[in-house]
Amino acid sequence: MTPTYYLLLSALLFAIGAVGVLVRRNAIVVFMCIELMLNSVNLSLVTFARINGELDGQVMAFFVMVVAAAEVVVGLAIIMAIFRSRRSASVDDTNLLKY
Amino acid sequence: MTWLLAIILLPLVGAAVVAGLRANDRLATAVAFGFSLATLALVVPLWLSYDPDGARLQQTSSIDWIPPFDIHISFGMDGIALLMIAVIGVLVPMIIGLLGYTDKLPEGRSAGGYLSLILVQSSLTIAVFAATDVFLFYVLFEVMLIPMYFLIGGYGGKSRQYAAVKFFLYSFLGGLIMLAAAIGAYVQAADELGSGTFDWATLAEVIPQAPLATQIWLFLGFFLAFAVKAPLVPFHTWLPDAAGEAPIGVAVLLVGVLDKVGTFGFLRYSIPLFPDASQELAPLVLGLAVAGVLYGSVLAAGQQDMKRFIAYVSIAHFGFIALGIFAFTAQAQVGAVTYMLNHSLATGMLIIVIGMVIARGGSTTISAYGGMAKLTPVLAGMFLLAGLSTLSLPGTNSFISEFLVLLGSFETQPVFTTLATIGMVLAAVYVLWLYQRVMQGPVRGDALLGASGGPGAVEAPESGAKKTVRDVSLKELGVLAPLVVLIIGLGFYPKPALDVVTPVVEETVSIVSITEGSNE
Amino acid sequence: MIASSWLLVAFPALGALILLAGGRRTDAWGHLLGCATVLASFVYGLALFFASDGKPSDTTLWSWMPVADLQIDLGLRIDALSLVFVLLITGVGSLIHIYAIGYMADDTDRRRFFGYFNLFVAAMLILVLGDNFVSLYLGWEGVGLASYLLIGWYQWKPSAATAAKKAFIMNRVGDVGLALAIFLMWKHIGSVSYTEVFAGIGDVDSGVVLAIGLLLLLGACGKSGQFPLQAWLPDAMEGPTPVSALIHAATMVTAGVYLIARANPIYNATPNAQLAVVIIGAFTLLLGAIIGCAYDDIKKVLAYSTVSQIGYMMLAVGLGPLGYALGIMHLLTHGFFKAGLFLGAGSVMHGMNDEVDMRKFGGLWRKMPVTFVTFGIGYLALIGFPFSAGYFSKDAIIAAAFGQEEPWRAWVFGGAAVLGAGLTAFYMTRLMLMTFFGKRRWAELKSEDGRDFHPHESPPVMTIPMMLLAIGSAGAGAFFVFNDQLAEWLAPSLGAVQEAEHGVIAHSAVPFVVVGVSALGVLLAWLVFGRRDIPVERQPAGAVVRAARSDLYGNALNEAVVARPGIWLSRALVYVDNKGVDGFVNGLAALLGGSSGRLRRLQTGFVRSYALSMLAGAGLLVGLLLMVRFA
Repeated sequence: MTPTYYLLLSALLFAIGAVGVLVRRNAIVVFMCIELMLNSVNLSLVTFARINGELDGQVMAFFVMVVAAAEVVVGLAIIMAIFRSRRSASVDDTNLLKY
Repeated sequence: MTWLLAIILLPLVGAAVVAGLRANDRLATAVAFGFSLATLALVVPLWLSYDPDGARLQQTSSIDWIPPFDIHISFGMDGIALLMIAVIGVLVPMIIGLLGYTDKLPEGRSAGGYLSLILVQSSLTIAVFAATDVFLFYVLFEVMLIPMYFLIGGYGGKSRQYAAVKFFLYSFLGGLIMLAAAIGAYVQAADELGSGTFDWATLAEVIPQAPLATQIWLFLGFFLAFAVKAPLVPFHTWLPDAAGEAPIGVAVLLVGVLDKVGTFGFLRYSIPLFPDASQELAPLVLGLAVAGVLYGSVLAAGQQDMKRFIAYVSIAHFGFIALGIFAFTAQAQVGAVTYMLNHSLATGMLIIVIGMVIARGGSTTISAYGGMAKLTPVLAGMFLLAGLSTLSLPGTNSFISEFLVLLGSFETQPVFTTLATIGMVLAAVYVLWLYQRVMQGPVRGDALLGASGGPGAVEAPESGAKKTVRDVSLKELGVLAPLVVLIIGLGFYPKPALDVVTPVVEETVSIVSITEGSNE
Repeated sequence: MIASSWLLVAFPALGALILLAGGRRTDAWGHLLGCATVLASFVYGLALFFASDGKPSDTTLWSWMPVADLQIDLGLRIDALSLVFVLLITGVGSLIHIYAIGYMADDTDRRRFFGYFNLFVAAMLILVLGDNFVSLYLGWEGVGLASYLLIGWYQWKPSAATAAKKAFIMNRVGDVGLALAIFLMWKHIGSVSYTEVFAGIGDVDSGVVLAIGLLLLLGACGKSGQFPLQAWLPDAMEGPTPVSALIHAATMVTAGVYLIARANPIYNATPNAQLAVVIIGAFTLLLGAIIGCAYDDIKKVLAYSTVSQIGYMMLAVGLGPLGYALGIMHLLTHGFFKAGLFLGAGSVMHGMNDEVDMRKFGGLWRKMPVTFVTFGIGYLALIGFPFSAGYFSKDAIIAAAFGQEEPWRAWVFGGAAVLGAGLTAFYMTRLMLMTFFGKRRWAELKSEDGRDFHPHESPPVMTIPMMLLAIGSAGAGAFFVFNDQLAEWLAPSLGAVQEAEHGVIAHSAVPFVVVGVSALGVLLAWLVFGRRDIPVERQPAGAVVRAARSDLYGNALNEAVVARPGIWLSRALVYVDNKGVDGFVNGLAALLGGSSGRLRRLQTGFVRSYALSMLAGAGLLVGLLLMVRFA
């Protein structure tokens, strides 16, 4: 089995995540799409590690996971706080930070 | 500790003490005055310890600051710096003495804050003149802006914020370009020596060896900063705003001392570090200088506001100074250096006297005055003396310097110098016209008719109104008297000042003439 | 004795210092001190005069501006020329100081007046005593300052303030010429001291010498009120009359003549500059005389007379070795009689409520006999009445002008000088007739402040100096020409006297021609002004008189060519500086502020648009990387 398929899958997942971030309004869904992009990157990291026969990429993937976990905690907390104050999870409703 | 370090640190200590005395204005003023007098007293050993024929830099001291880049906090002084430091020593007590009647603080501001800023400013300015590390010089050059920013922006006139920001941006921008050039010099030194340095003395040996094109770029970087500071036309428009809005004491400090950093920079940095470029670009600088003389003079004559008037007069005088520096003869450059000293005294006195006029009339507009000589003859006499020194009448200090500048410059630059002599006539026009409008003619103007003051009421025969404008008080006379003595004394016996700077200047001029010889 | 010549200057300088710094405390005795210092200088000057042999002897007081190889000292030179001037300045100066005690008695600031007067004497002494051109320059501008202060003495009058300013500025123009001449000397000779400059002038390129000569002439024109810088001198009559007598008649305005006589080695080396001096002198003497015929203001007539007489002196010193001593002789006799005339005019004004309009005078000789007699002697001296002071000095100049080598020069300049003598006789006779003779026109008039005129003789403190000057006016000329003693005395400074050898008119005929022309002038004046009553109001007149009444349009020319364009230029440049130079800077700031105001609109607050721009940026970066990698 060639590693190309893994890379293609990774690219596909990344694209799906990216489009999701751009087009969806629900903050939870956007958040999930970001996770999707992170995981697609993880997949390509592991694949490249495999191709090169080194462990660096796999170690990197663990780092990404740790950071993603921390980010989920903070991100969900923020989304919860916003939802409580505005009764909405739409990212377009929270546009106070502008010029 | 050297005397030089002491004179830098003492005002800082004073500033800290005075800042703690914000509750009691009288005490703060007295303490600040004491510290300024002590600083002035330190000038004496500094002067006595200086040996004109000794090393270029004396009273040196150095400690490491940022070792990886070979940056030191190092100080030292030559005759030029000594003169400038002495002027600061003389002027600061007067500025503090002005507080009260001539200079009034805005409502609700304590004297402590103002005075500690003044003391910090004087310390930083002394340090700028004393710095012998190019990086340190840059840092101080910029840091020096901070207290001045607050002094103008916090204690000035109506549009003080505008003036302060403009002042800051102008100088800061010039400074940044200088930083780039300073780094360029560092890199150039690294190329030549293997490891870069910011030490002035080392750079002065290395950079002149650089190719002309490199020198020109570095020269322009430094030049822009100094041209803004000095100020040369067309980089001058910050000065009328800043001087026009600043309180009188601050204006004295700004025009009298701070601006000299620019011309000092020409002498200490531009010429010794980049002699070939200085020579190559001298026509450019001379053109700007002469343009400044004529342009500043004509504009001074057209001003409606007395404080802006002084700014334009200074622009004209800085033109003379730049002319003297870049004519590359010993006479012209000694003239230019003493011009820096004499401009501080003459213009300083003019600003102070105008401040006294404004304190009596309550307006800075010239047309609000008339016939004051009738009401305040002593003040009028002081005004005239300051004006005569400004127009370089023989017998006053400024004559020595202007005459030497022109005499020396004529030798190498007859065309530019002849044009600049027109400035002598224009100086008479703007000074005497101002004097006529403010002091002579019948008593008139809302400012004077509405004025009231202490004792010394005078009957004005022309308008028949009872006048109660007070003539110069004893305290004010105390501020002016030393200036009068210096102005006339230096006019007839300038030898001490000339002797201190002549060797330094001869060295500077010889740098240029040596490279001139090697080029041919 | 000569080594302590600084005392000459020190007395009046100290007096000025005490009087100006002492303030009101010195009011009671200030005028006495003022006179005493000048008298002390005079006595000391006399002692020096008898002790000196006239040869130059320099004393250096101290090193003034030493810079590298430039050595400028404050030094004094005692020689024949400077001693003559010292005696004139302190001698006539003392008399006028004494006169001023009476003249200024009513002024509450008399003490300050004497302070300025002493300052003037000190500066003037520095001017004539300096042993180098820079010391001379110090005195040169110093007297300019004193002149400024004293012309503007009545400073609450706008006309006085303006006149003072005008005098200073026009003098400054001349001073620039002098300064540039000094710069040229330093550049080409390497020194500014008389000794070295005069010794080195021969080795200098002739064009440079000509330039120096012309620049010195410009300086002389400014100080001496010669064309084209003559317009300030008549305005300077705004000052009190003793000032006009001392500064603007007897001493300061003759400094230009002194300068050229002093610089005689330079002028001897450049005949073209000499010709320029002669032309300026001849032109100015006619200009002053013509305008003098038209004025009704007694002081202004005398002022234009001064302009004209200094023209004679310039003409003389421009003739070279023929005329240096003659110019100085006329300067000295003029110092006597013109000072006397001004003091007489002051005495008239003193008695006439400060009125200066001669149309309001008339028949005053009965009321003011002493003034009339002393003034009359001065008048005779000025028009060159035989054997008076002016007769000897002016005729000698005219004879020398006729004695030039080239015939055209002799005819032109000699002719101008003779014509000037006739005009002088005309306007002075007119002045005498209008002031002292004819009907008492003042009887029906009141002065401007509404008082009646009560002409009276002045107190002795004023009349005695007038009498002494009248004696000088009568006898000085004969004294000077006796055995040619003045010229002989001046020889160490000015070179040996040369007699004109050949002339277009015989030397002995000149006095007859001059006296004849002068008599014609007197006769003409009597025909016009002596035989009928003079109207109190100014009458309309023809074009020539109108032109003369407006200074031959000299002021109008200055106004049109210098003053107005200057004011316009100044206003225009203020506008350019505010709107152009500063406008550019402020425009730059506004541009930055404006564009940042637009750019920040990009921050919409929508997270998804940020995400899109991030994606686009990332895509761009990747694209660039690929391009670099594969291109």
